[in-house]
Amino acid sequence: MSSNNDNSHKFSSTRRKLLMGMAALPAAPLLASSGLFSSPAFAQALATSAVNTTGLAVTDTDVTVGILHSVTGTMAISETGSVQAEKLAIDQINKSGGVLGRQIKYIQEDGASDWPTFAEKAKKLLVNDKVAAVFGCWTSASRKAVLPVFEQYNGILYYPTFYEGLEQSKNVIYTGQEATQQILAGLDWVNKEKGAKSFYLIGSDYIWPRTSMKIARKHIENKLGGKVVGEEYFPLGHTQFNSVINKIKLTKPDVIYAAVVGGSNVAFYKQLKAAGIDLSKQNLLTISVTEDEIDGIGGENIAGAYSSMKYFQSLDNPNNKEFVAEFKKMWGDKTVIGDVTQAAYLGPWLWKAAVEKAKSFDVDKVAEASVDVEFAKAPEGYVKIHPNHHLWSKARIGQAQADGQFKLVHETADLIEPDPFPKGYQ
Amino acid sequence: MFAEYSLSELSSIFLMQGFAGLILFSVFVLMALGLAIIFGQMGVINMAHGEFMILGAYVTYFTSQFFLNYIPALFGIYFFIAMILAFFASGALGMAVEWLMIRRLYKRPLDTLLATWGLSLILQQVYRSVFGPREVGVELPGWMMGSLPVTDVVEVQINGLFVMGLTIAITVAVALLMYKSAWGKQVRAVVQNRVMAGAVGINTEKVDRYTFGLGCGIAGVAGSAFTMIGSTGPTSGQLYIVDTFLVVVFGGAQSLLGTIASAFTISQAQSTLEFFLSGSMAKVLTLLGVVIILMLRPQGLFVIKVRR
Repeated sequence: MSSNNDNSHKFSSTRRKLLMGMAALPAAPLLASSGLFSSPAFAQALATSAVNTTGLAVTDTDVTVGILHSVTGTMAISETGSVQAEKLAIDQINKSGGVLGRQIKYIQEDGASDWPTFAEKAKKLLVNDKVAAVFGCWTSASRKAVLPVFEQYNGILYYPTFYEGLEQSKNVIYTGQEATQQILAGLDWVNKEKGAKSFYLIGSDYIWPRTSMKIARKHIENKLGGKVVGEEYFPLGHTQFNSVINKIKLTKPDVIYAAVVGGSNVAFYKQLKAAGIDLSKQNLLTISVTEDEIDGIGGENIAGAYSSMKYFQSLDNPNNKEFVAEFKKMWGDKTVIGDVTQAAYLGPWLWKAAVEKAKSFDVDKVAEASVDVEFAKAPEGYVKIHPNHHLWSKARIGQAQADGQFKLVHETADLIEPDPFPKGYQ
Repeated sequence: MFAEYSLSELSSIFLMQGFAGLILFSVFVLMALGLAIIFGQMGVINMAHGEFMILGAYVTYFTSQFFLNYIPALFGIYFFIAMILAFFASGALGMAVEWLMIRRLYKRPLDTLLATWGLSLILQQVYRSVFGPREVGVELPGWMMGSLPVTDVVEVQINGLFVMGLTIAITVAVALLMYKSAWGKQVRAVVQNRVMAGAVGINTEKVDRYTFGLGCGIAGVAGSAFTMIGSTGPTSGQLYIVDTFLVVVFGGAQSLLGTIASAFTISQAQSTLEFFLSGSMAKVLTLLGVVIILMLRPQGLFVIKVRR
């Protein structure tokens, strides 16, 4: 796969460099700090022995990293986009001179949607391959499985998915939103804009929806003075929602608040639509539907619903336009880019910035230098790493359209501080 | 729980709830029929049943794409053609699988469990490599979407009616085929006594192959119909396999009537419990009920007496 892409890029690399150069001109002062155009001379200035004191896979010309996602099994549906984004970022970094003058090579391992396999492959990447960083994992379960491995062998993991919070590690950089960033602003918006007072919470039955709903309930009841009229969880893979849809019809909530995942997600929206619930009249706010999911649900089945994310493919800013164009050039016109895909794209860039700030590939130094590292060219806009290793980011609300894209209807004015251990919400 | 609702609201909700139960019943029967034929009549534990269903779903997806791109004028009726194609695609794959693998395992029924489980993993990866790992959205013709308003509150889902109609049609067709046709007689003869059936001149190998193909073909039609209510992706078949086996085993593996009765019991229990309790709890209680009944009646609800 990657060799094909390398070929296709050879023809266009000159044009791309020109384009990137032009795009970068206005932002040149910002980019200088992240070292986008570091020259080969820079590398010679820093000998390998100086930038790599812990025996990582770094040579004078290149550095090896790991990509650890599921490309087989149930989770391949979701994780494919992340793999694509990480490869794109690595490709772009290499084209612009690499990291500390070294080209990035990657070793890709398949977690196979199986958590022990994730742990095993993580160990292989860290112990046998001595990779300098790993970009990977998607579900919380896979992250929890690899966390002890990363802490024991002192690796660094860039984790892209929005997740339930309640975790913080020196060895992990969380590039997605933690729960409060994703949830609170969305609830505030629907309360203020739609006058929503009553909420029906519905989710799949595992840790992420349950923790998220707990936070949502506290916020609705304590901060918004609203009421939760129903809270339901369904086993993963549940495909029949007619009973709960009847309950929703009976309780007539102002907002259906949904965190249903996987194949259930598709069934849920198709059955809502079939049951005559018109999402242009009934407010529905979800924290589990990105452009990727709409591909399976079908735009016409979910049009009108609101989604609470930090990134939508349709965001109108120059960074994103360039990112979307490059992504489609590399992976085809029909691919869509969801929130997590974008967060995965941030990983390699944030790592590069931290390495160049630390002037070292050593994991301890990179982890330390990561604090306050910023990435101004992020497709979602400017992001910065907080001392708790999560990202400062905006929250956005998009309305699903029949063509499978979201229309941005609200974004917070400021970056929201990540708060993985929210007080009063546990 | 119901104190704050008026009588008319309550009655319409119960009406809709009854309808929801009937839809679930049809879905269960549709997904279990193919397996009831294969497991019940042939004793093959087909763990790849879900993957045969998903093949039907993919066929539906590609048919819809074909109609959209080449003959959009006929898009309204593509679903019927898709179901027929799905039947033949899954049936053909089933017959190929029977010829390559299953027929070597008739004397070792437990090994079919492992072999077909392996087959399901292989098929999933094939779908993933060929059709891509992401889910695909199957677009439905306009007339199949939405619902018919009966009163202000009561609405009848069109795709629910469609699934019900389809289930009745297929069940009747299978019953006629099994109990009224000469071929059905041969199938039942082979089930009851393979050696004797062979001795009176029935080509048992051929009967086996077509029976397996029929079961898989019906799975394909079910998969095709479920694109209306569920997801289509390489691993979507896994969503149905547990419920399918539950229905077939609970009903008594060798009886079509048992399959229908068990689908009815489980679907009504599930949908009523879901209404009064939460979704996960409903599932737990349903499974618990099934386990207890199976402990008391290990052969399932209905058993055909067979001389052994």
